Amino acid sequence: MRKVWTVAANTFREAVRDRVLYNLVFFALLMMAAAILVGQISIGIEQSVIVSLGLTAISVIGIFIAVFIGVGLVSKEMDKRTLYALLAKPVERWQFLFGKFVGLVLTLAVNTAAMTVGLYLALWAVKHRLTGSDWYLISAVYLILLKLALIVALAMLFSCFTTPFLAILYTLGLYVAGLFAEELRTMKAISLSDSTMRMFRAISYMLPNFENFNVMGAVAHGRAVEVTLLLRDTGYALLYSLMVLAAAAMVFSRRNLK
Amino acid sequence: MASPAIEMEHLSKEYPYGFLHLKKRKSLEDLTMSVENGEVFGFLGPNGAGKSTTIKLLMRLIFPTSGTARILGKSIEDVAMHQEIGYLPEQPYFYDYLTAAELLDYFARFHKLTASDRQERVQRMLKKVGLETAKKIQLRKYSKGMLQRVGLAQAILHDPEVVVLDEPMSGLDPLGRREVRDLILELKKEGRTVLFSTHILSDAETLCDRVGVIVGGKLRGVGAPDEMVGIRAQGMEVLFELASSAKPFPLLGRATKTGERYRLQVAEAELYPALDELKSAGARISSVSQLKPTLEEFFMHLVDADRAQASAVEVSGK
Repeated sequence: MRKVWTVAANTFREAVRDRVLYNLVFFALLMMAAAILVGQISIGIEQSVIVSLGLTAISVIGIFIAVFIGVGLVSKEMDKRTLYALLAKPVERWQFLFGKFVGLVLTLAVNTAAMTVGLYLALWAVKHRLTGSDWYLISAVYLILLKLALIVALAMLFSCFTTPFLAILYTLGLYVAGLFAEELRTMKAISLSDSTMRMFRAISYMLPNFENFNVMGAVAHGRAVEVTLLLRDTGYALLYSLMVLAAAAMVFSRRNLK
Repeated sequence: MASPAIEMEHLSKEYPYGFLHLKKRKSLEDLTMSVENGEVFGFLGPNGAGKSTTIKLLMRLIFPTSGTARILGKSIEDVAMHQEIGYLPEQPYFYDYLTAAELLDYFARFHKLTASDRQERVQRMLKKVGLETAKKIQLRKYSKGMLQRVGLAQAILHDPEVVVLDEPMSGLDPLGRREVRDLILELKKEGRTVLFSTHILSDAETLCDRVGVIVGGKLRGVGAPDEMVGIRAQGMEVLFELASSAKPFPLLGRATKTGERYRLQVAEAELYPALDELKSAGARISSVSQLKPTLEEFFMHLVDADRAQASAVEVSGK
């Protein structure tokens, strides 16, 4: 575990020094602009507009970082050959992989936390107070973070056996497909045979169900997120990420470096 | 009798290529050799001969198509064995957002070292490779030679018993090369085993107890540098200067003139009579040195031998 943590801490340091967290400046500007604009044009729905906008921005920026940096976590190290000296140390390849994963999730957690603070500041700027229902935001942000962790795991898996470009495409493709997993399961199509429907249903269960993590609508309207949902999603994200990372570790453990 | 530090048995590596990866290119063919404890072993061969492939196989950066290898008696699959190994990759590149001190500290954390021991070693290594004053500069600002030094430092940071260096002199200026040579000799003095790859014959001659010569993925032989590389003198070279008033003499016809200086090549047996003749002609002798085959000549000889063997097989086959 110590070795996983060592790699994770270095990955976090890399993200900070490579100015990944600079996106926060963009987010802060977006939130300030939104607060000013919303304060002027919306009457009574400031909260839901700001919260929807803020959570969407947190999610989109997070997905962008998770996919692009997630794919680069392993492929960049192979391309630049920084991995050579490291793998000659007493460290297993899976430890390196898990360390990279933890490091990026940690970066995303810090990033998301900072953006959440920004979102609260924007809310306060508009409403001049924070109410009890505003704290439901934290549950939504937590679920976004779980979603991002799962995306990082998928990006790492793809980057272990294909080119960075294809890995980005596959990850984004799977993310979009995962948003419609629920629809695929409950789809009613007259023209499709039973066997085809069964196949779609099977695929829908295998796809990562990203819609599970979306509670934006409820939170924007001041509704609380059920604890059972939070627990279920935590278990789902953990289990799915672990399975994906285990697959990535299996592929990576026999991969020949250039 | 103690087992060798490094043992390789029938190691082969093939890379698939072409449509559907149906064709195979052999990078290494049936390599069997060993490196004894405490010796400095040079792995010699032209570019693309299979030196780096062998080293990467030992470091488990790539996996053999067939064959096995052991280091200090343990299979190379055993990660714990890497506690006792130091490795310098060819043309090393490290995390450029770190400083040299941070990088060494990061690598040291993978070994069983206490925090104070780690700090002490990092400082000692930086001093040893001459980077003490540049330790707080990010590696992105380092020159190729400086990166090579960092690479050497991380390879020996944890006092490994076996040190594997892939082209350690590459990218270094004459001073740097000399420092690396001194470092290898120091490691040998400390009783460590050193395996390094090079295509520079003089490095092998100066440093190695034994060398292995590899060409086209095949090991051509293992032995002492003199035997293997045939570094025996091919003759002697005498450099001399002549006053303009000097009279011509028989040997002068064999000498070539560059600037004010003459260069004369003679067989070893002819050296002393030639020196006497030059002396009596009033020549001022600047230097006398052995003539050795150049690297190019040596490897061309092996490549030619390969081709000759291949055509012989073809003829006998017909």
